[in-house]
Amino acid sequence: MPILTKEEAKALLTKVLSYSKADECEVNINGSDGGNIRYARNSVNTSGAISTTSLVVSSSFGKKSGVATINEYDDASLEKVVRRSEELAKLAPENPEYMPFLPQQEYGPESPTFSPVTAKVGPKERADAVAQSLQVSKDAKLNAAGFLENSMGYSAMMNSKGLFAYNTSTDLAFNITMRTSDGKGSGYATRGYTDFSKLNAGKDTAVAAKKAVASVTAKAIEPGKYTVILEPTAVAVMLENIFFDMDARQADEGRSFMSKPGGKTRLGEQLVDPRVNIMSDPWNKELPGATWSGDGRAQQKVNWIEKGVVKNLYTSRYWAAKTNIKPIPFPGGLIMEGGTKTLEELIKGTEKGILVTRLWYIRTVDPQTLLLTGLTRDGTFYIENGEIKFPVKNFRFNESPVIMLNNLDEMGIPERTVSAESNANYLLPPLKIRDFTFTSLSDAV
Amino acid sequence: MTGVGLTATMVQGMPAFGRQITVEEALTPVDVQLKKKMADIALNAARSKGASYADVRIGRYLNQVVSTRETRVDNISNAESYGLGVRVIANGSWGFAATNNMDNDSIAKAAEIAVAIAKGNAKLLTEKVQLAPQKGFGEVSWKTPIEINALEVPIPEKVAMLLEVNKEAMKAGAKFVNSNLFMINEQKYFASTDGSYIDQDIHRIWPNFTVTKVDSAGGKFETRNALSAPMGMGFEYLRPKDEEKIKGGPVTMYKKRYDILEDVKEAVAHVEEKLKAKPIAPGKYDLVLDPSHLFLTIHESVGHPTELDRVLGYEANYAGTSFLTLDKWESKKFNFGSKQVNIIADKTQPGSLGAVGYDDEGVKCGKWDIIKDGILVNYQTIRDQAHILGLKESQGCCYADSWDSIQFQRMPNVSLAPSKEALSAADMVKNVEKGIYMFGRNSYSIDQQRYNFQFSAQLAYEIKEGKIVGMFKDAAYQANTQEFWNSCVKCCGQDDFRLGGTFSDGKGQPGQASAVSHGSATTRFNGVNVINTGRRIG
Repeated sequence: MPILTKEEAKALLTKVLSYSKADECEVNINGSDGGNIRYARNSVNTSGAISTTSLVVSSSFGKKSGVATINEYDDASLEKVVRRSEELAKLAPENPEYMPFLPQQEYGPESPTFSPVTAKVGPKERADAVAQSLQVSKDAKLNAAGFLENSMGYSAMMNSKGLFAYNTSTDLAFNITMRTSDGKGSGYATRGYTDFSKLNAGKDTAVAAKKAVASVTAKAIEPGKYTVILEPTAVAVMLENIFFDMDARQADEGRSFMSKPGGKTRLGEQLVDPRVNIMSDPWNKELPGATWSGDGRAQQKVNWIEKGVVKNLYTSRYWAAKTNIKPIPFPGGLIMEGGTKTLEELIKGTEKGILVTRLWYIRTVDPQTLLLTGLTRDGTFYIENGEIKFPVKNFRFNESPVIMLNNLDEMGIPERTVSAESNANYLLPPLKIRDFTFTSLSDAV
Repeated sequence: MTGVGLTATMVQGMPAFGRQITVEEALTPVDVQLKKKMADIALNAARSKGASYADVRIGRYLNQVVSTRETRVDNISNAESYGLGVRVIANGSWGFAATNNMDNDSIAKAAEIAVAIAKGNAKLLTEKVQLAPQKGFGEVSWKTPIEINALEVPIPEKVAMLLEVNKEAMKAGAKFVNSNLFMINEQKYFASTDGSYIDQDIHRIWPNFTVTKVDSAGGKFETRNALSAPMGMGFEYLRPKDEEKIKGGPVTMYKKRYDILEDVKEAVAHVEEKLKAKPIAPGKYDLVLDPSHLFLTIHESVGHPTELDRVLGYEANYAGTSFLTLDKWESKKFNFGSKQVNIIADKTQPGSLGAVGYDDEGVKCGKWDIIKDGILVNYQTIRDQAHILGLKESQGCCYADSWDSIQFQRMPNVSLAPSKEALSAADMVKNVEKGIYMFGRNSYSIDQQRYNFQFSAQLAYEIKEGKIVGMFKDAAYQANTQEFWNSCVKCCGQDDFRLGGTFSDGKGQPGQASAVSHGSATTRFNGVNVINTGRRIG
């Protein structure tokens, strides 16, 4: 089924709702068209095109609800999926935390989540981009392994309370690892865009190639506490863990790093350095997001951490009503304000430190302090007197992003980056951090 | 995916898998002769368009989840994903296409697209696909040997069981409890131009819970997860049997039958102990590792680096490569571990997550040595990479997580062989001067070539002068893979051998999940570096 326009989606969802006999009914539909191409050992190994659509019906009788899903759109199938959700609702136990569906919400102006250029990208454009990347690899006599994926999609929802929401979006992800033929050097680059025309696969591959060549003959230096400069993609995998745990209920229940002794939370408290401002904004041009969440709540511009103080936590509608707080949904993307310096300028102003271009295999060690472990990867360099002196062997770290943001030294210019752990996109600066804790060495390249 | 916002794709109660169906629909399989007819349409279309080889997978993947929290049901999902994927070789290159429109024209069209993609990719190829020969098996079938089909057990019975677990936990003093039951049935039909028509019915189950206690005044909380294992079994796994329990140590452990009510009561007591546990002093410790913990260390430090596609660089951009390069294997003397270390790959092991009759490219599954008396002797591979090892046939390690995913090399069950001596866990503990006895999986992280890892456990008991004297908190061990396996001094015997496993091991781009088991008996490692992970914030 093709991507539906707003009017087509409205007509289809109105029809689905007309079959409902439940107390309340809500319908979500989404669809996407996209494709990917994967290469390794300087050769394409897999590629595919993926088209998916799904219609989800939620029906409720009192506090009992049932959900049914379908991907067929003839009248009989649509009526069947409504009936099935109603049958499941009748069989379900009462949910004491059930919340009635929302009436129409105010969503603000449309956000620029859709790029017509990206929407037209097909196998040829993907292959052309990969050919550029492979050419860089061939010229530099390196080994390339990479992945390019793009999609266009829409989502819409309607319910029996009169709510209707619609959004279209495009996405592109490109990531590339370049390795030297002797396996002693490795470099990486990752990009996420709404607009395909911003992609320069050759340039990104060249960045990864430069890191690969520069990281050969890495020296072992003692693990310990170091001043580090984290490139934005390394910042992403650390900071997103703060965000994943900013749920109000978890905090109130005493089981997150946001909980405090005595049953209180850190909401309203100074958590990190006063220069830290973290927000989300669906209308940000570099990182646009949907203006509504899957349960119909409006996405707003939200300050999560302002001048280092925790300003808001996200929450379910049930918990918000129970605890009398604003029902802020989990947002689409995170933005951290930065400074005015480039990465090169941050390096220039560093007497002794380590440049971390990527962090990998991040896992929570202790949810109470948000202590994380993981490793540097694909290019780690020793800095002395404002210059990169030599590549160093990879380290394992054990560090909390909360402690890290308390040891903030300097911030650079934010850029759109991608977490290689969650694939989420963020707008983040490179960060210079004091006393970052490396606990052991790794021989991995 | 920023465009639609993270929550826009996570609709309340919506599964991330397939379409919701009734329980009755789930119990009606697709007729095998119809599957054969559809498969032949795809194979004939592929051949007529110029494919030199083709295989087709018709998959019906059923996934049921029941989730509860304290006194209420969080989610019940009963979903199906059904469709067909065609893979071909044309002009020496792979091509793949998939459809969930199961009419003749759509099936033939998918095969045509796969051939067109193969021909397109051939232009960017550096070496042609070399497929290890595989004889056709004709029409054959295989089924997980289950006693009770978990999907036939009424959902209310499962809800009642989980709510009973929660009730027991709350009664015993837990502040919070979440319990879940995951059930998977893969109905897979494979056919290829080699002449195989393979019908398989594969079942997996995983009960799990987390109990939490909070020390509000101190601002601390602790949790303990179930010490169950995900298994390639039916609902019989949840029917306890005394002979399948190991008692006498600090924790009751389970073999092929699990007692969830007993485990949850013990878990609450453990959480209470964890809140009062002594912070560990960093340093070298002898580790006694229970199979419920050791399985993940085996998975990460032995399973992944012996995947041949990683060794060759196919995963360089995502999961990484491997330190176990071909020259180490060719030398026939790379001492991966001590002489006690015998690691076996086995896709036939009863009860395991990875047990199937045939893999996803029609290869009959078997068993082989990977590490023999501490030496690296083999890898894990599939048909188009077998020639690199000089093998005449594939080892049967091909898997795709869905009909619309491309099959590729995935880990078989990889297990540490038990000792031939009848040693018990008490024998592992008794001579340890300064050590830790660890149970259950917790935090895990390893580098992209699998040299350096860090693991922690659900439970870490202090061993002092051969006796268990209390519980440690904040303990994690860091090691180099080769050093760690060379510090392995002894394993328990077959009586203590148990499976652990993971339901969703991630690999590939786009990412695919697979389920795999790792067996071992309780094993001792001497002089491993342990760190303290305790920190303070705010």
